[in-house]
Amino acid sequence: MNTSALVMMVTVESIVVVLTAWFFYKVLTAKPKPEPDSYSENDNDPR
Amino acid sequence: MAGNAVGFGNFLRFPVQAVQNGGGAFIIPYLVSFILMGIPLLFIEWSSGRFGGKFGHHSTPFILQSMDKRRIWKYVGVFGIFSNIAIAAYYCYIESWTMSYIYHSLAGSFDGLSQYAVAAFFADYLDLSTTTTGIPYEALVFFLLCLALNTWILSKGLSAGIEKVAKIGVPLLILFGIFLAFKGITLKAGQDHAVLDGTVGLNFLWTPDFTSLANPKVWLAAAGQIFFTLSVGMGSIQCYASYLKERDDVALNAMSAGWMNEFVEIVLGSAVIIPIAIGYLGIDKVIELTNIGGLGLGFRTMPYLFEQWGPVLSAVAGASFFGLLFFAGITSSLAMGTPGMGFMMDEFNWSRKRSALAFGIVVLLLGLPTIFFFADGVFDEYDYWAGTVSLVVFALLESVLFSWIFGLKKGWREITSGADINVPIIYRFIIKYITPVMLILVFTGAFLRPAGDNWSNISLRGWKLHNESILGQLTHQGAGPNNTWFAKSFYAETAGIVDSVYTDNKNKFYLRTSAVDESGRLVLKVYKYKPQHHQLLVEKGDMIAAGQVLYIGKITNRVFYLDMARLLLVALFVAISILVFIAYRKQLAERRKNI
Repeated sequence: MNTSALVMMVTVESIVVVLTAWFFYKVLTAKPKPEPDSYSENDNDPR
Repeated sequence: MAGNAVGFGNFLRFPVQAVQNGGGAFIIPYLVSFILMGIPLLFIEWSSGRFGGKFGHHSTPFILQSMDKRRIWKYVGVFGIFSNIAIAAYYCYIESWTMSYIYHSLAGSFDGLSQYAVAAFFADYLDLSTTTTGIPYEALVFFLLCLALNTWILSKGLSAGIEKVAKIGVPLLILFGIFLAFKGITLKAGQDHAVLDGTVGLNFLWTPDFTSLANPKVWLAAAGQIFFTLSVGMGSIQCYASYLKERDDVALNAMSAGWMNEFVEIVLGSAVIIPIAIGYLGIDKVIELTNIGGLGLGFRTMPYLFEQWGPVLSAVAGASFFGLLFFAGITSSLAMGTPGMGFMMDEFNWSRKRSALAFGIVVLLLGLPTIFFFADGVFDEYDYWAGTVSLVVFALLESVLFSWIFGLKKGWREITSGADINVPIIYRFIIKYITPVMLILVFTGAFLRPAGDNWSNISLRGWKLHNESILGQLTHQGAGPNNTWFAKSFYAETAGIVDSVYTDNKNKFYLRTSAVDESGRLVLKVYKYKPQHHQLLVEKGDMIAAGQVLYIGKITNRVFYLDMARLLLVALFVAISILVFIAYRKQLAERRKNI
């Protein structure tokens, strides 16, 4: 590969990989939202 | 939602757009479009969808209406239903290709074929008069199967089940993509009949070309690709987000789905089909293939790579690749069904089954012309107007609504409310100023692009338009002398020498001209004719001028099919607008009754 193509590819792909991994990590570690009624047992019940 | 975003856009459309727009010339506008238009629009659509959901609206006409009371926004919101249905019409056709290629991979249809024969196999598959399986009209049969499956899943409300399967299918596709990317990059000229190293394709894609920054056509294609792949400007994100609770996060959802999609597209999508296609066929052949229709590059090249691994592995690899692609595709096509169905169920109290059936029938009516008249450009016409231009127009209007009419103060509160991340404050500025201005520039530039891309020619007295400008496309400027629906003479579109008059033994007859262009490249032009209807006026060896009559007889020009495709799209838009009007009147009547 020529140098400019290699620099471009490595730079762009590194940024994309790092940011994807970071946001994926944030999704996995996000705290569950508190329920409005603080009672989650009836969430699946029909209203 | 990442399952919905990862689809054909990543593996099939991105490489074709990149090749058609000059490889390295495409990648810079593409990346800039993602940062300055894609991400802001994800924020806008996720938050406006959740906002509209608070008022019980699940489709864009009334979601936009909830943000501003002026009636016009309902009709702007029509784009959010229209694009989904129009795109589904040709998207289901691509989905059916993956379905049939699973069959062909398992049946060994590609065994022993050369790279050119594999590319030609796809052309035969799309040609309804040829059968590659023994099933007559097989492309149509697979399309009907695929559409029936989509309609059935939607009618049974099984989309959630499919999403669960996609949670396994999409990661598997990504893993398989990593493996294929490795094979693509390490492809060596001379090995396994490759003509070039895989890195030649990477050079083609990644060598930066800064001159493209001044070319609006590349910007429109880059923006269109970002919108298509992220499903923004389409209305399906708003529909999905409208079911979220007020306290649910939208900012992290938007960012994670967007970046996951970019990972699959930039890191994997760029390293699979382009290196493999260019490695086996060369740059010129790949450019030629992308110019003869649709998103078929992967179907023309990947089976040949798999064939190099022996009969058993090639069958497993082909079925896995196209099977996983099918799963990625069906999650997206099911998402395209939900805005229209949600609208009919919300506003007209239609049952799920009835709404799904109506969606299936409309997609069938719109989809059939893409199958029967694929070679006449109907498929590409849908992709251009519904899959590119409509998305940009809707995105432009919704960004103006969100930032300037709804107001960014409220808008920013919607984006950050319940957010699981700190949204960079710079996006406040970008969403308000940069995104709308970029969208206006991209659209206006593409609309009025001058011939030869010479912007100094623009004056108040008018200028000659580029054939590929939106206005040039609207007026069929590129059709040259063959610009009427029906004619008695067919004219040469370019000058050259008739170097062959031939048949492919499938009752198809061709006339080919060749010429050398200013840059010294050989330009070949192939015209199809029917001896039973047309009388040829030239023969092999004749020098012909552009505009010279090639044959006479009963001729239906390509512009007829393109105009019919446009009429169908306009009819769909008008029909949805009428339904929105009726729904609005119905809402008013119900409100009066309640008072």
